[in-house]
Amino acid sequence: MNSVIAISIITLGGIAGLAAIILYVVSRKFKVEEDPRIDEVNEILPGANCGGCGYAGCRNFAEACVKDMTGKFCNVGGADVMNQVAKIVGAEVSAPDPLLAVVRCGGSKACRPKTNNYEGAETCAIVSGIYGGQTGCSFGCLGLGDCEKVCKFDAIHINPETGLPEINDEKCTACGACVKTCPKHIIELRKKAPKFRKVYVSCQNQDKGATAKKACSAACIGCGKCVKACAFEAITLENNLAYIDSQKCKMCRKCVEQCPTGALKEENFPPRKPKEPATAPQTASSTEKPQNQQPTA
Amino acid sequence: MNLKFKTFTIGGVHPDDKKITAASPIQTLPLPQIAVIPCAMHIGAPAEIIVKRGDKVKVGQIIATAKGFVSANIHSSVSGTVKSIGPAPDASGYTKQAVTITVEGDEWADGIDTSPDIRYDFDNIEQQEIIKRVTENGIVGMGGATFPTNVKLSVPLGKKAEAVLINGVECEPYLTADHRVMLEHSEEMLIGVKLLMKAVNVEKAYIGIEANKQDAIEKLITLCPKFPGITVVPLKLKYPQGSEKHLIKAILNREVPSGRLPIDAGAVVQNAGTAYAVYQAVMKNKPLIERVVTVTGDSVKNPGNFLVRIGTPIQNLIDAVGGIPENTGKIISGGPMMGKAITTTEIPVAKGTSGVLMLPESIAHRKTAEPCIRCGKCVDACPMGLEPYLLSAYSKKQNFEQAELNHIADCIECGCCVFSCPSNRPILDFVRFGKQNVLRIIRSRKN
Repeated sequence: MNSVIAISIITLGGIAGLAAIILYVVSRKFKVEEDPRIDEVNEILPGANCGGCGYAGCRNFAEACVKDMTGKFCNVGGADVMNQVAKIVGAEVSAPDPLLAVVRCGGSKACRPKTNNYEGAETCAIVSGIYGGQTGCSFGCLGLGDCEKVCKFDAIHINPETGLPEINDEKCTACGACVKTCPKHIIELRKKAPKFRKVYVSCQNQDKGATAKKACSAACIGCGKCVKACAFEAITLENNLAYIDSQKCKMCRKCVEQCPTGALKEENFPPRKPKEPATAPQTASSTEKPQNQQPTA
Repeated sequence: MNLKFKTFTIGGVHPDDKKITAASPIQTLPLPQIAVIPCAMHIGAPAEIIVKRGDKVKVGQIIATAKGFVSANIHSSVSGTVKSIGPAPDASGYTKQAVTITVEGDEWADGIDTSPDIRYDFDNIEQQEIIKRVTENGIVGMGGATFPTNVKLSVPLGKKAEAVLINGVECEPYLTADHRVMLEHSEEMLIGVKLLMKAVNVEKAYIGIEANKQDAIEKLITLCPKFPGITVVPLKLKYPQGSEKHLIKAILNREVPSGRLPIDAGAVVQNAGTAYAVYQAVMKNKPLIERVVTVTGDSVKNPGNFLVRIGTPIQNLIDAVGGIPENTGKIISGGPMMGKAITTTEIPVAKGTSGVLMLPESIAHRKTAEPCIRCGKCVDACPMGLEPYLLSAYSKKQNFEQAELNHIADCIECGCCVFSCPSNRPILDFVRFGKQNVLRIIRSRKN
């Protein structure tokens, strides 16, 4: 009896000892050197794995940052997080201009009448593949909320009244998930102005003016009035559609006044001073100008 | 007549065929006031417009030329003045480039034989001449897929056609356009078949016709001895027998390998209407400017089959049958299984418009989708032997690698899975989405 126990202990102990030696040798020989900073950086990052930085997840981004910081920025964490990362890595933060997602379609239910009823699977990706949507405009928002489903920060929601997505500027991290998802490419990342102020063309319709207007009363008809009004050459007109370059725009809002359909939108600006009935429109806008330019200056 | 009926083996469904217009002879629809002729009426590159605004055109005059190999010429179907060139809505729900012509009189271009006499002298025409005339006259598949016919007739090097298969199946419920063509233009169609046989250099041709067209089967069988090499094959009623691959399986008992074309099984498949169009193009030099369209529906006053010029607004066809019935819930261009619901009746009749169907409100809408109960009915029904529930799940999750491994690219989009689903799931919507993406991935891999 005793000998059985003794034999067992000796054999098992021997195997354990042998295994320990093998494991020790192997762990020494095949050791993977990992920079401890990767773990530290990973701890600081938001951990949403949103992919907005272009990497598969936060860990991949951390690895990339430790290797080389240039040109890398986590929009979600913002400057605070990136400064901490820079401290760990020992490099400079290369901060790009902060961006903000903007929905460039103003075709709410009120101004874009329904021409048909879609009954199939409720995702924008499928509708755009088989139909131009439920209205006469085949460029605009399909309203089935693929962007809402893909947003990890609860920042974009379809407004049931207008049928259009609305972005919560405070929550939007400009990760770009909705931009990639939208099959109609109506969401754009634009330069973030102070106080979330925005001036943009809220339309993507490239049809000729009459066709566009028939489909949606808020469509850009390509009249070009805004192009003439802009003093900074920020507006271009292509394929019957105006586009404001957010890098060049000084937010003077002169173009907004000119737009006959309301496709040009301003957001988060203080209410305009009521115009005096006698003064001509030009003088009215010139008096407003300094006040409006202040935020960007 | 004692007939033996053949069919394909895997899957398939049998919807109620409702061939309301089977006995109504083809009527000629009066000319429209304005014709809108789209440039993308065929699979492949859209044709390039060669007329300008204000140009005078005649019937049969070429107005847009084929751009590339897989494309087709487009001819004016009316005579008159080009009113405008620009985007116009078509059945896809998008606007596409089109030529709008104001109709003035009915003057035909030179060289077109408009007499009703049948020409039998098809033996004198050379093989190359047949393909040349088919190409010039812009003939495309008339079944609905609108694949340019000359491309099918140009057999690639190293491959050999053994038989021409004529698709007279018309397995879509309601549609009777091909049926009427086979019945009223039997001899012309058979001459067309002889021309097709000569074009691909084969001795045998089979005309597959489903059992619900007994009169057409009998008439063609009695006429066949005049045209050696042509056999009529009666087929059982089963959807989607009109699909190329299933017709080959039913008639020749051969299978087209996954990802290959019918020519790999030695077959060239053409629609019955196409054979008639080929006869007109080759023997009469008449371009594809008109086609037979079935206008029907359960509550339509006078449903019928109409010979209509390409570019005629669908509204004209609807007026001809007594307007849209009050209880209409959906208007479909094509058949109920594969056709597309249209959003406006102003869209024109195109080369592939085989029918206009007005479905009553009670059957026009989809029912609410319930969760999948894993009953496997879609697997039983799939004529391609795929697993639709699985493909739709992969597509929904955008797992395109797995979708590709499960042969999503072989789906023929026939809709048997949705038809058989007891939970009313939009299976095909997802599968189509997945297939588009998988095909895109495959294309980008090749480049």
